[in-house]
Amino acid sequence: MNDLSEHTLYEGLKDGIPIFLGYLSVSFGFGVLAVSKGLSTFAAVMISLTNVTSAGQLAGLEIVAAGGALIELICAECVINLRYALMSISLTQKLDSTMSVPRRLICGFAVTDEIFAVAYSKTGSVGVRYFYSLMSLPLLGWVMGTLAGALAGSLMPASVRVALGIMLYAMFIAIVLPPASKSRAVFTACAVSAGVSVLVAVLPALSFIDSGYRVVVSAVLGAAVSAALYPAEETE
Amino acid sequence: MRNVPLWVYIAVMALVTYAIRALPFVLVRSRIRSRFVRSFLQYMPYAVLSAMTLPAVFSSTGSAYSAAAGCAAAVVLALKGKSLIVTALAACACAYLVDALITVL
Repeated sequence: MNDLSEHTLYEGLKDGIPIFLGYLSVSFGFGVLAVSKGLSTFAAVMISLTNVTSAGQLAGLEIVAAGGALIELICAECVINLRYALMSISLTQKLDSTMSVPRRLICGFAVTDEIFAVAYSKTGSVGVRYFYSLMSLPLLGWVMGTLAGALAGSLMPASVRVALGIMLYAMFIAIVLPPASKSRAVFTACAVSAGVSVLVAVLPALSFIDSGYRVVVSAVLGAAVSAALYPAEETE
Repeated sequence: MRNVPLWVYIAVMALVTYAIRALPFVLVRSRIRSRFVRSFLQYMPYAVLSAMTLPAVFSSTGSAYSAAAGCAAAVVLALKGKSLIVTALAACACAYLVDALITVL
């Protein structure tokens, strides 16, 4: 493998450590929630192994638990994961010539918010060796955390397991609130989205809308209103 | 009402998620020009997480009271800039304590 970029395998592993630790805890929350919704530990781990995304997995979990339609699942995953398409498009500008099509197909699997952010922040171009090493620890952490959470969720007393149900949501709050309190655009997107979501869930006339579609409609409206009011500046 | 096996759900979920990530990686070689579309995609993650959290967070624990307590703790700590894990554990602890109190009273 001739890596053209100066970023080494060692550097990728090192950059992956903080993501690994973060993923251990977030996926732990997912594992607990999955078994509390009646999934087996194996199913929870398989979802994490094949999806590697917190919001998409949680939405999928809710649809599966509610026995929702496959088309609802597809719509929800498309919209919730739409941001990854943008990240992948941005990342293509950073890849060097070691990134052949088969290698891109492997690396594309691991485009998450955090891996994207780290890879995108590197100076110069990014090669396949760096990307492989960067994605390896986070993927391991995501699966290990899910396994630990699912096992803990099936072993611990009900009172503790019930309290851990809020874990993933608290992390979402911790992800969203700091930027929302600093950026009017992010705040607007969140407020509109959350407002629509609550209305759809509470109003009896709209209660026919299932949870997956509710997230789709709310998020699209929130992001669209904010993008119309506050178009982002060119970042590069 | 579900007549689809669990593994089909998981496979569909995985395929859709993978396609969204990998296809642009292979196919797209140019930048998105529309400012609206770029902004829309930039704000989307926050909008998604907000819609997933509200109102679902209030039914995520043993009672609406414990969920509200955990949620309040998370909001305060998040605004103070605490890390994900600290915020999450504090929210769980608050929810646990409130539910324990309710059981005792």
